[in-house]
Amino acid sequence: MSRTAVVTGAARGIGLAVARALLESGWEVAGCDVLEADLEKAAADFGGKFTPWVLDVTREEDVNKTAESILERHGEIFGLVNNAGITRDGLLMRMSLDDWNRVISVNLTGAFLMCRAFSRGMLRRREGSIVNVSSVVALLGAAGQANYVSSKAGLIGLTRALAREFAGRNIRVNSVAPGFIETDMTKDLPDNVKEDYAVRVPMNRMGRPEDVADAVRFLLEDESSYITGVVLSVDGGLAT
Amino acid sequence: MSLESRVKEIIIDKLGVKPEQVTMEAQFDTDLGADSIDQYELIMGFEDAFGLRIDEEEAAKLTTVGEVIQYLKKQGIEE
Repeated sequence: MSRTAVVTGAARGIGLAVARALLESGWEVAGCDVLEADLEKAAADFGGKFTPWVLDVTREEDVNKTAESILERHGEIFGLVNNAGITRDGLLMRMSLDDWNRVISVNLTGAFLMCRAFSRGMLRRREGSIVNVSSVVALLGAAGQANYVSSKAGLIGLTRALAREFAGRNIRVNSVAPGFIETDMTKDLPDNVKEDYAVRVPMNRMGRPEDVADAVRFLLEDESSYITGVVLSVDGGLAT
Repeated sequence: MSLESRVKEIIIDKLGVKPEQVTMEAQFDTDLGADSIDQYELIMGFEDAFGLRIDEEEAAKLTTVGEVIQYLKKQGIEE
């Protein structure tokens, strides 16, 4: 019987690539996103093993209700990929509290709410794997991204805390730290920032969403069954 | 099976303790060696077995085998 994973931010970019990689490996995927049109398009492309769920991960009640519906639709959930993320860049002096709060809510609090909603079932069955999509900037820092960097570093903390909390229950919690990946998020970066990153990547190229998706799939599957609490960099050597 | 034996069975199963350790006075943490996540799992086990929801505040008060049985009886569960 195929296992099901819940993927947030599944409509585009890394989340979409994760969904595709999992489906190709025989998983069922419950894809969550706020982008309804993109999500429906993904669902149409992927077919019945992928179910679309319009969800804002910052809304506690919606997360809990959607979790219940996903459980009803798919049965037990084995994997959870907290990938939903946004940026609202700006220098510290110009960053509004709203920009700070919004990024922390989506990227970090959203992951907390999702973990809480799905951990009960994982605990009951004593199996599961959670992957939090952090970022290379959590390790390196990045000017103009105090909110984003803090949220992504927070995800590493969440990963480590939950890895310890669940280690005795056969539930693994890991994170991946993508580097400079070709997605809509990085497309919007100023050219000088892109060039700056590109020359710093030891492997001399940007990453593809599929590079990250392969790492996420590895951490979800049984090949990684003795790995928990790690940060797996997928960055062409950028953070080394 | 009586309520008492069902409760005890769940505790024995979840905590891997011996039946004779599970007295009415036994404290989950100090006597039965349950850490906080074990205790959460126990509560989950009772909820599943008896088809009810125990909120966090109530759950925190259930520290012994006897207290659990008393609580379940109060909820109208007899066996």
